[in-house]
Amino acid sequence: MCGIAGIINHQASEEKSLLIKMSEFLRHRGPDASGTYAQGPASLAHTRLSIIDLNSGDQPIHNENKTIWIVFNGEIFNYPELKNQLLAKGHKFYTKTDTEVIIHLYEEFGTQLFDHLNGQFAFAIWDQNTEELLLGRDRMGIRPLFYCHNHHRLVFASEIKAIFADNTIPRQIDPANLSDIFTCWATLGDQTCFKNIFQIPPGHYARFSKKGLKIKQYWQLPFGKKIYQERSVEDWREELNQLLLDATRIRLRADVPVGAYLSGGIDSTYTSALVKNNFNNKLCTFSVGFSDKQFDESYFQKKAVDYLGTDHKTISCSYNDIGKIFPKVIWHTETPIIRTAPAPLMMLSQLVRENNFKVVLTGEGADEVFAGYNIFKEDKVRRFWAKNPDSRIRPRLLEKLYPYIFSQNNSKAVRFLELFFKKGMMDLDSPVYSHMLRWENTSHLKQFFSKDLKNQTSDLADFTNRYTKTLPDDFMSWDTLSRAQYIENKIFLSNYLLSSQGDRMAMANSIEGRYPFLDHRVIEFAAKLPPHIRMNGMTEKYILKKAAEGLIPSELINRPKQPYRAPISQAFLGDTHHEYVHELLSEKIIHEYGYFDPQKTSRLVKKCQQQKGKLLSERENMALVGILSTQLLDFHFIKNPQTT
Amino acid sequence: MDKTKEKIRSFMIENFLFGEDIDLKDDTSFLEEGIIDSTGVLELIEYLEEEFNIQIDDEDLIPENLDSLNNLEQFISKLLKTS
Repeated sequence: MCGIAGIINHQASEEKSLLIKMSEFLRHRGPDASGTYAQGPASLAHTRLSIIDLNSGDQPIHNENKTIWIVFNGEIFNYPELKNQLLAKGHKFYTKTDTEVIIHLYEEFGTQLFDHLNGQFAFAIWDQNTEELLLGRDRMGIRPLFYCHNHHRLVFASEIKAIFADNTIPRQIDPANLSDIFTCWATLGDQTCFKNIFQIPPGHYARFSKKGLKIKQYWQLPFGKKIYQERSVEDWREELNQLLLDATRIRLRADVPVGAYLSGGIDSTYTSALVKNNFNNKLCTFSVGFSDKQFDESYFQKKAVDYLGTDHKTISCSYNDIGKIFPKVIWHTETPIIRTAPAPLMMLSQLVRENNFKVVLTGEGADEVFAGYNIFKEDKVRRFWAKNPDSRIRPRLLEKLYPYIFSQNNSKAVRFLELFFKKGMMDLDSPVYSHMLRWENTSHLKQFFSKDLKNQTSDLADFTNRYTKTLPDDFMSWDTLSRAQYIENKIFLSNYLLSSQGDRMAMANSIEGRYPFLDHRVIEFAAKLPPHIRMNGMTEKYILKKAAEGLIPSELINRPKQPYRAPISQAFLGDTHHEYVHELLSEKIIHEYGYFDPQKTSRLVKKCQQQKGKLLSERENMALVGILSTQLLDFHFIKNPQTT
Repeated sequence: MDKTKEKIRSFMIENFLFGEDIDLKDDTSFLEEGIIDSTGVLELIEYLEEEFNIQIDDEDLIPENLDSLNNLEQFISKLLKTS
């Protein structure tokens, strides 16, 4: 795992000092080595986290006659097999890396090379022969790749901060994209929260030559293909077990030890069990717990550890820890966030680093791929309820989904709460039916936007229209679960979970996460499962639970789904005073930065303080962290830009 | 009873609209307009019980009693009369 950066300028030469400066901003992604290439229109930089071929794998790496050069971030897990094929075709290798495999695949297949890769990657290939740059990103967007394009010049990097090393590139938060984040938690498509800074979307590549920039999709999410096969549950289960075994096996390929995150849920316990039983009996696992028991899963983590017998390390996260680490979190997310969940994951990656590990397996992706989230069940319950809107029984299913909303304190207002979920329930023809309620609720956070910002943003109807236009033509002919999973994968997984909670929190401490559930073979397998095999009745991740039977404790398989969440308001305005919170949320600074309404924000802060940091409403909690993270983003990247 | 309605209106504006007196009409549905979210309702109940010194039974916590200024006024008025 590494950081990559570069500049292609077809009209003028670039200062090498800028390239060096860019790579310095990516030092945390690659603390072990660095290298550059500069010739003609191309300048490439690389910072290395050494994982494969520790002695001779420094980058940039070139082909046999040094006319094709690559900087690469990530892993190609099937590289030994690919290398054998390329050797048989006569290619010569000078390293033992997976990086060099990509170069020769490019020589052999051009842009068809992506079909051969099983991995998580972002890379840039400079071809001197054609004077063309190829930027490529993995299918699900596990590794990041950003760029800024201006006619003859293109600047790219693993993180936006490296692009901003170039002082000529303007820094401005894009109001429209900020509005999208305050609706669906993330930006859409190739957008970022900064104006004129784009990302290569997952499953896409870009070619940049004198003729300009062309972006093309090479893989799309396979949901909705209607290739369901009628097979027995046992058949599906067996195939899944074999697939996940192989997906896990190739993700252990490294010249350094590989550990694993253990959350106490079924996903990470399952992959850890596969490792422990088949590949590494001395597996080290890592977990984070919370001092606030509402969020803590230590009980289940201990169950998993006791059963698997791993060498386990854990860290406890308090309100104060989150408040303290939050400015650093936003420096790395490079986007506003409306939950604090990334913060404990940054602490967790630090724990991993302190124990001298560089690589961990995680269970990320299973909820999206195998339909584990409550939003999929909520969609099902609301559709079921809509068939008999006056039913008193049907809405009671919601209580099982959201025990923390229908908690003891709230239980007496149950009918009131049910009505909240009834909103828009009869809009069954909406392509985004599954997500409308979440987006509608989140978009109310925009009430805190300043008048000026409100004038530059659009409403929820515009957002849903825009998003709906990006959906595949035959989307409405898909089953409803596949529709919901597609939206969740496309927006939440790629643009929030894998970035703000995934890559950025791990790489902040030079840790590489690997995701067996996001092996493209596993995703393609899941997409061809009939919907009732993914979610059976109200049993989420049905086939995965079947696959896990006998491998992990049944208590972990049958436990109610607990979404991973972290405390919000108490972390910032609770018992511990955080100076930056008070400063950035003060009326003066809110007014100066201009994104939010100073009086409204002040009332929110006051309300929170009066309740000793404890805001009651989910929406108010999200508003608080959304405002604070936007202020921090502006502080880090616009008002007080770091020089290195 | 206008006083009751105005008290609740002020509370709603201060606590859920953070000072913005938008279109909070007497018959505006708090749920339909998204003024209260799924977890904010408890705050409203706590306020009503404290401010008007009343005890609200579970079976009365229904939208017909709580989901607009008009509904709340009628409901509180009924409760105060019977107490």
